[in-house]
Amino acid sequence: MTTVSTPASARLALHGISKRYASVIANDRIDLKVAAGEIHALLGENGAGKSTLMKIVYGVTQPDEGSIEWEGAPVAIRSPAQARRLGIGMVFQHFSIFETLTVAENIALALNERLPAATLAARIDEVSQRYGLPIDPQRLTHGMSVGERQRVEIVRCLLQSPRLLIMDEPTSVLTPQAVQVLFETLRRLAREGVSILYISHKLDEIRELCDVATILRNGRVSGSAIPREQSNTSLGRMMVGADLKECKLEPRPPGPIRLELTNLSLDTEDPFGTSLRQINLRVRGGQIVGIAGVSGNGQKELLAAISGERLCTQRAAVRLCGQDAARLNPAQRRTLGLRFVPEERLGRGAVPGMHLADNCVLTGASAGLVRHGMVRRRAARAFARATIAEFAVKCDGELAPADSLSGGNLQKFIVGREIRLAPTVMLVAQPTWGVDVGASLLIRQALIELRNAGAAVLVISEDLDELFAICDCLAVLARGRLSDAMPTAGLAAETVGVWMTGEFQGAGAAAGVAGAGV
Amino acid sequence: MPPRGSLVPVFDQLHWPLRLERRQKPSAAMRICSSPLAALAMLATGLLVFAALGKDPVAAFRVFFVEPLNSTYGVGELLLKATPLMLCALGLAVSYRANVWNIGAEGQLTLGAITGGGVGLFFGPALGHWGQPAVLSAGVLGGMAWAAIPALLRSRFRTSEIFVSLMLVYIAQLLLSYLVHGPWRDPAGQNFPQSQPLSDSVLLPSLLQGTRVNVGFIIALVLALLSWWFGTTTAAGFRMRVGGLAPAAAAYAGISERRNIWLAMMISGGAAGLAGVCEVAGPIGMLQPVVSPGYGFAAIIVAFVGRLHPLGVVLASLLMSALYLGGESAQMELQLPASVSGLFQGGLLFYLLAAELFIGFRLRRAHRLPSAAPAGGGGA
Repeated sequence: MTTVSTPASARLALHGISKRYASVIANDRIDLKVAAGEIHALLGENGAGKSTLMKIVYGVTQPDEGSIEWEGAPVAIRSPAQARRLGIGMVFQHFSIFETLTVAENIALALNERLPAATLAARIDEVSQRYGLPIDPQRLTHGMSVGERQRVEIVRCLLQSPRLLIMDEPTSVLTPQAVQVLFETLRRLAREGVSILYISHKLDEIRELCDVATILRNGRVSGSAIPREQSNTSLGRMMVGADLKECKLEPRPPGPIRLELTNLSLDTEDPFGTSLRQINLRVRGGQIVGIAGVSGNGQKELLAAISGERLCTQRAAVRLCGQDAARLNPAQRRTLGLRFVPEERLGRGAVPGMHLADNCVLTGASAGLVRHGMVRRRAARAFARATIAEFAVKCDGELAPADSLSGGNLQKFIVGREIRLAPTVMLVAQPTWGVDVGASLLIRQALIELRNAGAAVLVISEDLDELFAICDCLAVLARGRLSDAMPTAGLAAETVGVWMTGEFQGAGAAAGVAGAGV
Repeated sequence: MPPRGSLVPVFDQLHWPLRLERRQKPSAAMRICSSPLAALAMLATGLLVFAALGKDPVAAFRVFFVEPLNSTYGVGELLLKATPLMLCALGLAVSYRANVWNIGAEGQLTLGAITGGGVGLFFGPALGHWGQPAVLSAGVLGGMAWAAIPALLRSRFRTSEIFVSLMLVYIAQLLLSYLVHGPWRDPAGQNFPQSQPLSDSVLLPSLLQGTRVNVGFIIALVLALLSWWFGTTTAAGFRMRVGGLAPAAAAYAGISERRNIWLAMMISGGAAGLAGVCEVAGPIGMLQPVVSPGYGFAAIIVAFVGRLHPLGVVLASLLMSALYLGGESAQMELQLPASVSGLFQGGLLFYLLAAELFIGFRLRRAHRLPSAAPAGGGGA
């Protein structure tokens, strides 16, 4: 651990900030100094206390102890409005955008002062040009990609001329190219003297972008470092407290075709969704196929078509284990061996108000948790207990309500439940989104073991690093069309990035490497 | 994942002295206390209203809540009026838990009265020992048939079951009115719009000497147990709960929405039909233009005051029944308007909904701040 000296006149200084909730200490005597014009990373796993700390800085919650200095003077930040008046802006991980309003209207909603529409539009234009963030103030936001929405949020913050900008996991939804554009903007802001607090758990990005990193673990500062001088391993050790292991994907001969999509076309039901066009895909047993792409390009529709939540008209468009399945409902597809981990954990993968044992009953009919029209509660509890133990789910036992678990733990539980239901075909959406590093590793490893045991695994994810780490083959879904699946070995991230924009005509021919299937 | 805190930038600009804050966990204490709290608030409001009307609140309270119940007959009346409320509310609770909003229990009750009463009128004497079961079954089937209309329209055409079931209430009432004014009118009834009295063989036996409470009350209690068993142990009950709590999770697990809608409508419609026939074959003993003073609507309140739980529904139907009795007593002894019962019912629902909010939220002063600890001293 290296100690980094910071200039005396810090823009923001936190002294001994503590915040306790009923059962946990979210922040324990945290000190943090951010200098003017510094890009300061706040690194830590989920639950390490990053979000709580940022909520305190942005005035959303108040600390129990400790003090905050803003440009040398002690302040109490009572509300986000006050934080913005001080010059603190925050770009949230989940954008607070009203889809039915235009860019300008959305921005006007969050400004402290009222501006005439024309003035506002002019200022939006000015800011967006100055920082290379092209957006049209008059455009409706519902058709915008995630990257564009993020631009709206950033411009919204920049309009208030902040001197400290907080970015909460800004790259989790961006293509590699969009990440570079964002970094350019952030660097330019830093050169102009804006301090940036950059929250992330992506080590590569932090090493590329940030001047200083403060690492949090279990609510405490576990170290600070100059990221450029560190390796992923050393940063990861500070973050997790132990060495990070990498997933290993041993080559394995692929088995028979388990999941087959043939010319699958499906119109979306969502007015802002994407219709699927002529999708062809084969997933074999013993193979993990990844589908990359930015959300909103048909991922939701594709998942629903495979899971059976939406039925197709052509009977053979979806085949599971050699049987036509396009007209079967999700429960019938489960009897063919399909298991599914959806992107939304609460409300779809699990019922919020029900306890974990009941949440096993949800999909556990094949494990004998329902028999003769009766719920077998004892069996369900035993199944839940075994899942909790096997996948190291942190919770208050099998009778804990699903919504009492943290996002990562609930995901471990759902993945564990589905894996313990012995899938022949496993469909997983965003397996580790918002999940901390330790749990991500466990989930990825479990998927790889499932593949090694002969199951066909299809992973849809926005996290390219993840897909490259665990997939035998990769395809890209863009604007409702799916590229050919290419072996991951020998595939460049940049190529995939280009495909993500929808440019993959002939991509198959260009990258037609031998040894398909690996 | 839900966008957390997405409204923060908008709402933090409004400077209210108090603000609602989402609790980290729904409060278990508030969950239990919300119904009793609502009942207390309703009582307090009632006493204020009595005072405003120039009545002595304490005396009025006695007239409303104590006097109706201080005789065996009074207790019998309490259970008698609780019976249809309990039956309707038990069915509605099952339905509401599945997110199916049957608002038309009053209509299904009316149709149950028509079909049950009709069977009793035309076949009663011929059925012998089978008279009572046949009449009760006919009532259940009548309620189900009426509920089948919104179920069909909702599951086929996504028509709102709220409106359809509500509108069908008035159709059922007009149908009953037509029957007793026309074809089914008692020729010996001096032109009163009512049917012949039902034969004794189909009337429900009384439970207690000197009271009017009948075997329907026992049926309601048995159904309460059954509905508890259905909700907690059967797969169908489980699927309905999932459908109500998280429709997306139900779709994910392959639970048929259509089946849930039909089950919910059949259960709630059948129970309401049973309530209707129990009135006709019980205290009324014949068909007349009005067979219910709004039990089917009051049962909606009962279901919610009982927090959609069978035990809660049993208790809430007794409370609601007491309100009916108290309202009658207040009309007779204090010359208060009949709308007093309606005021109590509405007040109860109003306070209940208000109290429910505090299960998930709490009120905090907007600018409560722990005086910032002196700087420098801490772990700097």
